Amino acid sequence: MRNAYFVYSPEQLSYKFSDSHPFNHKRLTLTMDLLHTLNALQPEDIIPARIATDEELLLAHDAKYIDIVKKAGHGLLSNTQCENYGIGTEDTPIFPNMHEAAAQLVGGTLTAVDCVMQGKSRHALNLGGGLHHGFRGRASGFCIYNDSSVAIKYMQQKYNARVLYVDTDAHHGDGVQWSFYDDPNVCTLSIHETGRYLFPGTGAVTERGNGEGYGTSFNFPVDAFTEDESFLEIYERSMRDIFEYFKPDVVLTQNGADAHYFDPLTHLYGTMNLYKEIPHLAHKLAHEYCDGRWIAVGGGGYDIWRVVPRAWSYVWLEMNDIPYPSGAIAPEWLHKYQAEAPVTLIPTWEDPPDLYEPIPRKAEIHEKNAQMMEKALHILSKKSS
Amino acid sequence: MIVEQIMQKELVTVLPTITMTEAREVMRERGVRHLNVLDEDGTFLGIVSERDIKEALPSYLSNVPDSPVYQEPITHVLIREPITAHPLDFVEEIALIFYEARIGYIPIVTNGQLVGVITTNDLLDVYIEMTGANEPGSKLEIRVNDTPGVLSEVTNVIASHKANVLSVLVYDDRNDESAKILSIRVQMLNPLPVITELREKGFNVLWPNVPGVL
Repeated sequence: MRNAYFVYSPEQLSYKFSDSHPFNHKRLTLTMDLLHTLNALQPEDIIPARIATDEELLLAHDAKYIDIVKKAGHGLLSNTQCENYGIGTEDTPIFPNMHEAAAQLVGGTLTAVDCVMQGKSRHALNLGGGLHHGFRGRASGFCIYNDSSVAIKYMQQKYNARVLYVDTDAHHGDGVQWSFYDDPNVCTLSIHETGRYLFPGTGAVTERGNGEGYGTSFNFPVDAFTEDESFLEIYERSMRDIFEYFKPDVVLTQNGADAHYFDPLTHLYGTMNLYKEIPHLAHKLAHEYCDGRWIAVGGGGYDIWRVVPRAWSYVWLEMNDIPYPSGAIAPEWLHKYQAEAPVTLIPTWEDPPDLYEPIPRKAEIHEKNAQMMEKALHILSKKSS
Repeated sequence: MIVEQIMQKELVTVLPTITMTEAREVMRERGVRHLNVLDEDGTFLGIVSERDIKEALPSYLSNVPDSPVYQEPITHVLIREPITAHPLDFVEEIALIFYEARIGYIPIVTNGQLVGVITTNDLLDVYIEMTGANEPGSKLEIRVNDTPGVLSEVTNVIASHKANVLSVLVYDDRNDESAKILSIRVQMLNPLPVITELREKGFNVLWPNVPGVL
């Protein structure tokens, strides 16, 4: 069996709100081109993204909402008529054929699921997906349809699978969490910047699931200005403990790359080290617990020039056991994109040392995060004793 | 907002003749710490609290399982004239009563009939909703001069970016008497265009700062 498929269709690039909108899937092109410089992505690695059917979208969305999205994308509705559905806002503006574009991203994640669950590959990557804020009947935070929610329901129905969802985007994975809040057979794990300032504001440690699903939602809200060391301490411990506790059949990871210092929308101080370690451990644990079954999707990531291409390359390299590159990035990639980029590209795979000024209250932030983690994981020690 | 809109209407009621043991069982089954005591005609007599029952019963460390106290009627611990409120009272008034009387439970009574109850938790729920913390949004904090019209200047900027406001709180700036802090939750993932425009207009957006350094 091959290691991994890379799901991609050029149609995925049509999920585009405007030239100035921070959510920009040019990230996909930048990442693929960067992988090409390493000779790490061959034509036979790529499998086209299918488009999700209405029936599939209905697994996690209301019929009325799907209808509104279709009509809005075909120019049949005004902003005001869409207001109650979260579209036509500055965050999630209406754009032509938005239904088709959004359904293509969901379809990409379903293609990735089928590759893995049908044994065509051990892992699969759909960087176009990861739209974790989408709600059942409402768009939110750049997300129209929630590909992960649809994909998890799809895996439950079609493959009777027990799914662990891991979300390391800097924003709380609220849409996915609420979709499965009552479901004991889906476990959600989200590490994100605290909602004190940042969207969406939810994701407190006390959100643990409801009813039958109590104890299958885990939230790790880290403070603004959190750095690699503290973030990774939480990631490593929570992943190991929750894999061991939940024993999933398959893991779906959302790889938002917006916890980096450069990201304009968040206030975390991560570096490229985060994006090396995150897929590395997910890969290892997928083999230990899930017979390798690992599906990865993209997500946030708003410094599309300096952060996302490198960060997302690591996910693909990890899936294929290709050693992580080090040192200089291929000059042809830098030349090609420097002309377009509004910022100076980072010429190396690693971030430069001394990326930012030291944080004044580093030790306290670290200690506060550690205390938060103990609270979030406390429920596991109670269950096992 | 008035009390009627937020009070619990499903009530746990008992007769004054039940025993201490029975009262404890009802509390355990229904997961409550207070019982409403009504006579056979449905007239409200008062409330019984778990704490008062516990104080009346022997300590579980003293090992007197057959103490006659268990079979005594709850009238011994009945609070006959508890602080009550009316369904048309304002929620803010109730909040003040909870705070000043240091109690956790208020029966809502009209014409001698019990029609609802409110706990501190119910009240907290309302306040959480008021902060907008239960809906997806970003929070902006802005230090403004304490002068009329400032709030509308700020909300105009938000409106021009087609974003919904989920909640607005205004509180004192502890370091500067002539200033207020506006804490606004807006329904948007990307508040940067709003922040940029507010800053261009001279507003002091405090978003966010190193913890503890405002």
